[in-house]
Amino acid sequence: MIYFLAKRLMWLVITLWVVFTISFFLMWTVSPEGALLSERQLPEAIKRNLEEYYDLDKPLATRYVKTMGNYIALNPGPSMKLIDKSVFEIIAEGLPISISLGLLGLSFAMLIGFSSGIISALRRQSVIDVTFRMIATLGIAIPNFVLAGFAIIIFVFGLNLFPAAGWGRPINLVLPSLCLAAPFAAYISRLTRTGMLEVLGQDYIRTAYAKGLMPATVVLKHAFRGAILPVVSFLGPATAGILTGSLVLERIFFIPGLGSHFIEAVQQKDHPVSLAVVMIYTFLLFSMNTLVDLSYGLIDPRVKLDK
Amino acid sequence: MDSLKKNDPYADALPPIEKYQAMYNEARNIRGISLWQDAWRRLRRDWVSMTALSFLVLLALAAIFTPLFPLQSPREQDLANRLALPPEFHSTTQKANEEGEKETVPVSLHLKDLEGEEFDRRVGELWTDPTGFDMLLLNTRLAIFGDYCLPSLCGTDLLGRDLLSRLFYGARVSLIVGLVATLVSLIIGVSYGAIAGYSGGIVDDFMMRVVDIMYSVPFIFLVLFLITILSEDAVKQWLESYGISRIVILYIVIGAVYWLTMARVVRGQIISLKNEQFVDAARTVGASGFRIVFLHLVPNVMSIVIVYLTLTIPAVMLFEAFLSFLGLGVEAPAVSWGVLAEEGLKVITPVRIYWWLVVFPALALASTLYSLNFLGDGLRDALDPRMKNR
Repeated sequence: MIYFLAKRLMWLVITLWVVFTISFFLMWTVSPEGALLSERQLPEAIKRNLEEYYDLDKPLATRYVKTMGNYIALNPGPSMKLIDKSVFEIIAEGLPISISLGLLGLSFAMLIGFSSGIISALRRQSVIDVTFRMIATLGIAIPNFVLAGFAIIIFVFGLNLFPAAGWGRPINLVLPSLCLAAPFAAYISRLTRTGMLEVLGQDYIRTAYAKGLMPATVVLKHAFRGAILPVVSFLGPATAGILTGSLVLERIFFIPGLGSHFIEAVQQKDHPVSLAVVMIYTFLLFSMNTLVDLSYGLIDPRVKLDK
Repeated sequence: MDSLKKNDPYADALPPIEKYQAMYNEARNIRGISLWQDAWRRLRRDWVSMTALSFLVLLALAAIFTPLFPLQSPREQDLANRLALPPEFHSTTQKANEEGEKETVPVSLHLKDLEGEEFDRRVGELWTDPTGFDMLLLNTRLAIFGDYCLPSLCGTDLLGRDLLSRLFYGARVSLIVGLVATLVSLIIGVSYGAIAGYSGGIVDDFMMRVVDIMYSVPFIFLVLFLITILSEDAVKQWLESYGISRIVILYIVIGAVYWLTMARVVRGQIISLKNEQFVDAARTVGASGFRIVFLHLVPNVMSIVIVYLTLTIPAVMLFEAFLSFLGLGVEAPAVSWGVLAEEGLKVITPVRIYWWLVVFPALALASTLYSLNFLGDGLRDALDPRMKNR
């Protein structure tokens, strides 16, 4: 276990380094001036300070080493576009919003996906099952931004159930995270159904029924645990997808999350901010993948991590 | 000869010639069924997959022969008369006649009486850089339908352009991006996976570790970043001097993102195949490693590759729509379904809802992706070797 984590840590460092290097050289070679060269001129003094801080007159290799040092010290420096804001502050503003959106989306996806998948498997080939499967395929096929459009038309303007857009109250989170969750709920539902069908036919389930356990106990305690392995391995890609999806949804619903900041930073060539956001998402994605691998061992005792 | 006769049950019953004749007849009555024939037979029995397949074939034909249909112009704007009209069955517009009075006339191309340069100029107004093939189709259309245009069955957008026509022209872009980008990912993924699987040992270890790392890279961010940088004016001109336009960048970038799973799957298959006898045989007659991988091994994993292909195309199309939605996909005046969906979503306001601008692009996108997903599932079942001859 410790060996496994240590190995993963090493790979995390390597991954972060590779992503850092590629992004760093890409952004600074292609637009060497960064945000300093844009329509809205910064005051001269600030510009000079920034140039000095980022050593824009030094060769790229020197700056690379220096920036890497800064990142190791967890100090990515000031933003090049938003005056008086450090990259750290921008991230501290956006990250909690994006993470809560993502977590809520993931929980919705699992809640809806698991329950509809189990019901589908138990009522196999019934009307409910077929309906759920049709909806699930639909959920996979419709892009979440289109879904968001429909949701806004129907729930916001049609039925007046939700406020249109904005941020601040918990209700603002519901519609975006539901839209975010839809495709993943659909996938999870399909995977759960397949897994459950496979497990329900096995001997130990019959044994469990035979010794007189309640059906609910058999399904939830015995069958479910065996059925969710494929779902767990889907959670890694799902996290990546939810991060991606939240980029668009933040834009549609005007949520000031990290995704909105990132798109702005990229378009205005605020290199320090975009680099930091890329690094954070790499870290999140890698940790999530590691967690998924770890949870295999918890769910299925047959899986050994050290190989 | 004698020993052969001893072990042969037919030997005494039949004279040699008849014996061989009987064996020959027996063999001739057995027909071998290849994997593909078998899969096709099974796929044909699955009506869901067949519906999806026929829909996709029709869609592809419609996209290829779009200029043949009597559609309105996808780019001509009519701000004064045809702004944001809901779907209608009779399309008319106002036009000043010779005396300067406005009169109501049906929408038409106004191409019939023009010739020479005038004609070319008008064509340039109506369509964006038609290729030679497109011009051929357009001329056929003019010969058949003349100036007649279908009414705006899907309404018009906020610049007075016909949505139906834009959907058709958008289909061309969306489908071609989906296909080409998938092809790019296919080439990268299959060669990478095949080489890793066949090499084995430390090369395999290294190559698969690289894939592991790439799974943890948030590609969407790098892609957004890359495309923004590459569409800088200076960079763009430099790229265009090499003949690389935005859409080519899209193909390559999207393809470069979606090959990871393909590489893993192909590698697994190759590893299970590479100790088979036919590989040993090929090696014995002196085939090179390259030849063994690409001529002997890769054709054997094609079935699983095709299944993944049908599942990658919708993912790629979704990604294209997503990029277009962020304004980083195809560039105006070209349209794709992603662009259309974005245009529809942009104008949702409490005051007035232009529902047709959201519903029809969404419908087009969803039905195509829906069919591709169903076809992929059907193909997976049909090509499953455990189902052989059932």
